[in-house]
Amino acid sequence: MTTITKLPDPVAGGSKHSHRGNTPRPGRGRRLGDLRIALLFILPAMIGFVAFFLVPTIRGIYLSFTEYSVLGDPTWIGTRNYTAIFADELFWNAMAVTLQYVGLNIGFQTVIALGLALLMHRVAKSTLIRGALLLPFLVANVIVALLWFWMLDYQIGIVNEIINWFGLPRIAFFGSEQWAIPTIAGVNVWRHMGYTALLIFAGLQSIPSHVYEVASLDGASQTRTFWSITMPLLRPVLVLVLVVTVIGSFQVFDTVAVTTGGGPINASRVIQMYIYQKAFGESDFGYASALSVILFVILALVAFIQMKFLKGNESDLD
Amino acid sequence: MTTSALSRKTPGNNPAGKPGNKPAPQGARRKPFNWRRAGAWTLVVVAIIITVAPFLWMLRTALSSNASLASNASNLLPADFSLGAFKRVLGLQTPEEAIAEGGSGAAINFWLYLRNSIIFASVTTAGQVFFSAMAAYAFSRLRWPGRNVVFGLFLATMMVPPIFTALPNFLMIKNLGLLNTFAGLALPFLFMTPFAIFFLRQFFLSMSREVEEAAMLDGAKHLRIFFQIVLPNAAAPLATLALLTFIGQWNEYFWPLLVGQDENVRVLTVGLGVFKSQSPQGAPDWSGLMAATLIAALPVLLLFIAFGKRVVNSIGFSGIK
Repeated sequence: MTTITKLPDPVAGGSKHSHRGNTPRPGRGRRLGDLRIALLFILPAMIGFVAFFLVPTIRGIYLSFTEYSVLGDPTWIGTRNYTAIFADELFWNAMAVTLQYVGLNIGFQTVIALGLALLMHRVAKSTLIRGALLLPFLVANVIVALLWFWMLDYQIGIVNEIINWFGLPRIAFFGSEQWAIPTIAGVNVWRHMGYTALLIFAGLQSIPSHVYEVASLDGASQTRTFWSITMPLLRPVLVLVLVVTVIGSFQVFDTVAVTTGGGPINASRVIQMYIYQKAFGESDFGYASALSVILFVILALVAFIQMKFLKGNESDLD
Repeated sequence: MTTSALSRKTPGNNPAGKPGNKPAPQGARRKPFNWRRAGAWTLVVVAIIITVAPFLWMLRTALSSNASLASNASNLLPADFSLGAFKRVLGLQTPEEAIAEGGSGAAINFWLYLRNSIIFASVTTAGQVFFSAMAAYAFSRLRWPGRNVVFGLFLATMMVPPIFTALPNFLMIKNLGLLNTFAGLALPFLFMTPFAIFFLRQFFLSMSREVEEAAMLDGAKHLRIFFQIVLPNAAAPLATLALLTFIGQWNEYFWPLLVGQDENVRVLTVGLGVFKSQSPQGAPDWSGLMAATLIAALPVLLLFIAFGKRVVNSIGFSGIK
C-alpha cells in the first residue's frame, strides 16, 4: 500500500516546545555525541536497510548484466540483456500496454478524484462520507479484482445484466483484447479514487480561506475562482499526487495477475507481469533484472520530469 | 470544521422550530444556490453508491446458492438464500453438499490461510513499527556524526520500486533456504520501511525535551527514556502507523506469491487467487468466492469501523516534502 500520510504537526505541541539544542549534555564526548547508543538504536533498521534494500539494489543492477537461471552461478554477459530487450517485441508490447493503462488509470482517476475532493470540500465535509469513499482502498487489490471479475462476468455478471437490460450487446470485459486494459484501469480507478480524493482534499483545506473571501469580494465567479485561485494554489499537492499515483500505476500487477494473467494473448501483459513471467516462469533472472532496471529508470525519470516541469516543490502562495 | 459543515449542510430543510443562528437564509436570494447544492449532493450520493454498492453485491452473492445464480442474475436479493457458501469456505460442508450447491468440491484451507495472514501481518507490523521507532529515536533525539547522511540514504530507498528489490530478495531468501517459511515471508518487512521511520521521526522531533532532560539529569539511560517516556507519549502516532501497516501487510500479495506458495504459509490473498482458478467443472463457484473474499476483507473492515476516523484523518500531505 502506498501511503502518504499527514504527519503530526510539529507546532501542535507548541506551548511546551523548547529547543535547547545548543546546551551541551553533561559528561559526553563532544565529537561523537550519542554515537554508541545511537548505533544500538539504529542497528535493527540498519540490518533491514542493508540486507533488504541496499544490497538487493546493487545486486539487481549486477544481475542485469548477467545470464542467470537460478541454477549455477550468474555469468557476466555485459549489456547483452539490454540489447536483447530493445529488440524484444514483447517488451515493447508490455511498455505500450503499461502506458495505455497508466494513461487511462491516471487520467480518469485524477479528474474524478479532483471532482470528489471539491465536492467534499464545498458541500460534504463529514468524516463518514470520506470514510465510505476510502473503503475500496483499504480492501486488498486481490479482493477488489475478484469482486469486479465477478460483477463484470460475461454471462451472469450484474454489469452485463444492466447493459443487456438497456438493450446493448454484452461486453467481454476481461476476455477481449480491446477491453482488458480499460477494464483493469477502471477497476483500479474505482479502488483509488476515494483515496486520491482525500489527498487532494487535504490540499484544498490548506488553502487559506481569506484568499477565497477576497475573490468573492471582488465578485469573481465560481469558475473563475476555481481556475485562477484553487488550481494554482493546489498545484504542488496535485503534482505530488500525480508523482505518487503515476509511480504506483506503472507497477500494476495484482489486478492483472488475478484476473487476466496478462491475456488475452498479450493484451494485458503489463511490464511488471512480464518481469514476473521472465523471472519465475522462464527462470531468466538476468533478463528480468534488466527489465526491472529499465522500469526503475523510467520511474525515476517520470518523478523527475513531473517535479521539474510542474514545479511541484514551489507554492504560488508566497 | 464540523460546526461549519453542520450549519451549511442543510440550508433548505432547517426545521422552523429551531431558532436560526443566522437571520432567515432560505429566502429567494438563496434559491439558485440551492440548485447547485442539490446537484452537488446528488453527485456525492452517486459517488457513494458507486463505492458501496459492489460490497453489497459481494454480500448478496455470498448469501446466494451458487447453482441458482445464473437464473437470477439480475435479482437484487440473494438468489435462493443460503449460508452454504460461508459453510463451504469455512469447511463446514461435505464435498457432496458443496457440489450439490454448485461449489467445486475442492477444499480451500481457509482457516489455515487466515491463521497465516494473521501471523504474517501481525509479526511484520509489530517488528516494523518497533524497530522503526527505535531508528526514528536515533534520528531525532540523539546527536551523532553522519546522522543526516544516513537518514538521507534511508529516505532515498523510498524511490526504489518494490519489484526491483523483490527479485534479489527472492534469490537471497531462496539461498538461505527460507522459501515457504514464515521467516522468509516476514524478513524483508520486519526491520523497517523508510516511510515508517520518516513518519515517526517527524513526530519525535515535535515532542518536548523537558521531561526527557529531567530524566537524564536523574541518571536515566536512553533505553529507559525510550521505553518509559518517548513510546508512551507517542502512543497515538504509533497506533496510526501500526494500523496503516497492518492493513497494508494484510493486503500484500506480490511477495507472499513469490516466497509463500506452500499451503502451510500461504496467506489469504494468495489463497484467494488459487481458489479462483480452482473451478474444474465449468462455472466458477462465485458465491463461495464472494463469501471467501468477504471474510478475508472482514478484519480490515472491522478495524476501519473501529478506528476509521484515525485512518481518514491521517491521510493528507502536510508533512510530505
